[in-house]
Amino acid sequence: MKNAEEIFEILKQQFGDSIIGLDKDTPTEPIITVAPLQIHKIAAFLREAEELKFDSLMCLSGVDDANGTKVKDADGYDSIQGGTLSVYYHLDSVELRHKITLKVSSDRENPQVESVENVWRCADWHEREAFDMYGIVFLNHSDLRRILMPYDWEAGYQLRKDYKNPEFYQGMKVPY
Amino acid sequence: MGLLDKEFSDGNIVIAPVEDVLNWARLSSIWQLGFGLACCAIEMMATSASHYDFDRFGVIPRNTPRQADAIIISGTVTLKMATRIKRLYEQIPDPKYIISMGSCSNCGGPYWEHGYHVLKGIDRVIPVDVYVPGCPPRPEALLEGLLKLRDKIRHETLRKKSA
Ligand code: SF4
Repeated sequence: MKNAEEIFEILKQQFGDSIIGLDKDTPTEPIITVAPLQIHKIAAFLREAEELKFDSLMCLSGVDDANGTKVKDADGYDSIQGGTLSVYYHLDSVELRHKITLKVSSDRENPQVESVENVWRCADWHEREAFDMYGIVFLNHSDLRRILMPYDWEAGYQLRKDYKNPEFYQGMKVPY
Repeated sequence: MGLLDKEFSDGNIVIAPVEDVLNWARLSSIWQLGFGLACCAIEMMATSASHYDFDRFGVIPRNTPRQADAIIISGTVTLKMATRIKRLYEQIPDPKYIISMGSCSNCGGPYWEHGYHVLKGIDRVIPVDVYVPGCPPRPEALLEGLLKLRDKIRHETLRKKSA
């Protein structure tokens, strides 16, 4: 069983600059921030390493940090420019009984994160959901389609803070 | 049913208008499409089960729209589902009836404002015969809705579909 600092040190030694920081000031598990385009090999290491053995991805979730600048468009709606979208990975080791949370942040305009689908198989649908709701593109994902919304949904990504619902979808009025 | 009142003195003959007989046959065997959407569907299943017994009104779930007479829209209709429901509706042979069950399919229900994916009322896509309010409606309420639909069918004429 390892605590967050020890896990952070192990990762830092292994991956150097790809490991960006450790945030212990959280109400739940401490969060290690890593680089979005390195997450695959870090994830594979976390799963395989003898002293870590993170064999379970409990949850993978997208988050809109909404930390860009707010711009009012012509209709008076706020849209957000700049800032980041994040993905959180909640990991658990069933065998060694320790937990950790990873975080990656990527540009809002071009959010790209490496897929961990072939490290933890359950990431497949979680990543599709994050793609569906936030438009985060998971590189090397084998089947990155929308999972809940219709495939031909073109109005954007619903859980982004500046999402605006369309008037019509396939001739059906959407607002109340 | 009013049919036997008009019995002739000969026990083998019953005289009744064709309309009455047709309507009686239709309202006594409303086969519904086996189809549930959300929490309301659970209540619909309870209505089908032995305690409330939909079957005594001739309501039997069928697994294909080709053999169905009615759909009970029991629950939240997402935009994605709405396109499918429309197709199922079109596959049902006439005469066909729709019971809209619960606030969700009546008007969007709890998702009326922030449900980006919810159709705010099934009547935006297909015509509805009976609305059953509630979230979810109790089985008694659904039965009441069914009785209302039967009343509607009872007064149909051959010339014009009223339900
Ligand atoms: S009306 Fe209420 S009970 Fe019925 S599907 Fe909607 S939320 Fe569920």
